[in-house]
Amino acid sequence: MLRLQKLTKTYKTGDQALKAIDLEVPKGQVLALIGPSGAGKSTMIRCINRLVEPTSGGVLLDDVDLTKLGSGALRKARREMGMIFQEYALVERLTVMENVLSGRLGYVGFWRSFLRRYPQSDVDEAFRLLDRVGLLHMADKRADELSGGQRQRVGICRALIQNPKLLLVDEPTASLDPKTSRQIMRLITELCQERGLAAIINIHDVALAQMFVPRVVGLRFGEIVYDGLPTGLTPEKLTEIYGEEDWEATIEKVDEDEDVEAAE
Amino acid sequence: MPVLEQNDTQIWRRRTTGQSLVRWFGWLLGVAVFVYCWQFISESTTWFFVWDAPRIANDIWTRATPPKWDYITQLGRPIWDTLNIATLGTIIALCMAVPVAFLAARNTTPSTLFIRPIALLIIVSTRSINSLIWALLLIAIIGPGVFAGVIAIAIRSIGFCAKLLYEAIEEIDHTQVEAITATGASRWQVMAYGIVPQILPAFAGIAVFRWDINIRESTVLGLVGAGGIGLQLSASLNVLAWPQVSLILIVILVAVLISEWVSAKVRGAII
Repeated sequence: MLRLQKLTKTYKTGDQALKAIDLEVPKGQVLALIGPSGAGKSTMIRCINRLVEPTSGGVLLDDVDLTKLGSGALRKARREMGMIFQEYALVERLTVMENVLSGRLGYVGFWRSFLRRYPQSDVDEAFRLLDRVGLLHMADKRADELSGGQRQRVGICRALIQNPKLLLVDEPTASLDPKTSRQIMRLITELCQERGLAAIINIHDVALAQMFVPRVVGLRFGEIVYDGLPTGLTPEKLTEIYGEEDWEATIEKVDEDEDVEAAE
Repeated sequence: MPVLEQNDTQIWRRRTTGQSLVRWFGWLLGVAVFVYCWQFISESTTWFFVWDAPRIANDIWTRATPPKWDYITQLGRPIWDTLNIATLGTIIALCMAVPVAFLAARNTTPSTLFIRPIALLIIVSTRSINSLIWALLLIAIIGPGVFAGVIAIAIRSIGFCAKLLYEAIEEIDHTQVEAITATGASRWQVMAYGIVPQILPAFAGIAVFRWDINIRESTVLGLVGAGGIGLQLSASLNVLAWPQVSLILIVILVAVLISEWVSAKVRGAII
């Protein structure tokens, strides 16, 4: 369903973030992308929906090359790809409901969205999703009143209300405590199963990735050095991905600011 | 940072001997220039008037007190004009400043090479000329009166508001913009959802802050004939009606105090 062909990104500084990546993601498959910081994980995800313009190569979503689309067609294509961010990236001063509904921006016109007059079907779907992630009672709260785990669930709702075929998930758990991290990963993988969504989950925590996904891709210096089952990640393979000195990167980072209870 | 070795102990001084000498000489030069300038000013000052100043000040003070309280009936309309000049001027300025700010901010400008310099030029040129001078120019163009005052205040405020606003736009959290872009939103939707909510508090703060400043500025616009309470002030000064002048000054003070209180309240409510 998604195919990357020799996808290359060279930044203006001359750093080659991606070196001719070839990758195929079939429909409904959830895969984890692991690798040290600076390996090009975020760049790869952003090149797929062109938040970052790839330098060369192709991104084929259902045989349409996204890299060749004009701005109007690109907007239509972006509706098919929901994105979830590390720092949640909710619009802090808008309510939870507005944040969820903003996932429909690609479908409604400017004035409708500006006046917050979304079609009733969108509003129904927003309520359904909020109920699914257990935040129905929070619909009218402002986004900055929520805890980290709650915000990430709102972020998930915003991505899902787009009715996408593919989820691009950029370090969904890096700012969360271990327990909330697991809950969020479980929620994402469950929702992907329910809806038959493919997903690329960019993740630092190897153990967490192994726990939830059927396929792991390891990236190092912009190249794929591992592609296979999570059980195949032997210490030697991890050394190859992260390098001997970078083992710290695989150890779970615990964010003390986050409150486990608040995420319940 | 020189370190001297003396009897096996390392002595640390802030400056080397050479640096100290240079600094000492610099101070000497500064004092010499000051003394010379003082002498120059002293020669061109009529010291008689200076020695006389306390007596004259006292004289004016006795003439100006008590203020002519019943004159207040004639001040209602001018102070209302002044408030209107400030408020309307601020509103017009904000309407013009918003597009200028979006064109000037590095992350929203359509073209860094052509449009941004133009927007920055607008900001600098409107900011660099005092509102009194704008008023003088505008009175020549559109004639004396409140309208010239409103436009003078508006033009003068564009640069100020646009500068603060574009700095706020440049400081927004980019990931929120990314997230909205990723949903397939159009350029205008990204602006309405990703950028505007983030700069709204700054915008409100800038608006009341500038309104507060404009009330002060509009009180003097009348001096050059651009309407408001300054007209009364200059008329009273011309006929040496000191009790009226003192009352006008009191009214201006009260108006400024009220505006300051309002803007402090509004800013407190937003932040």
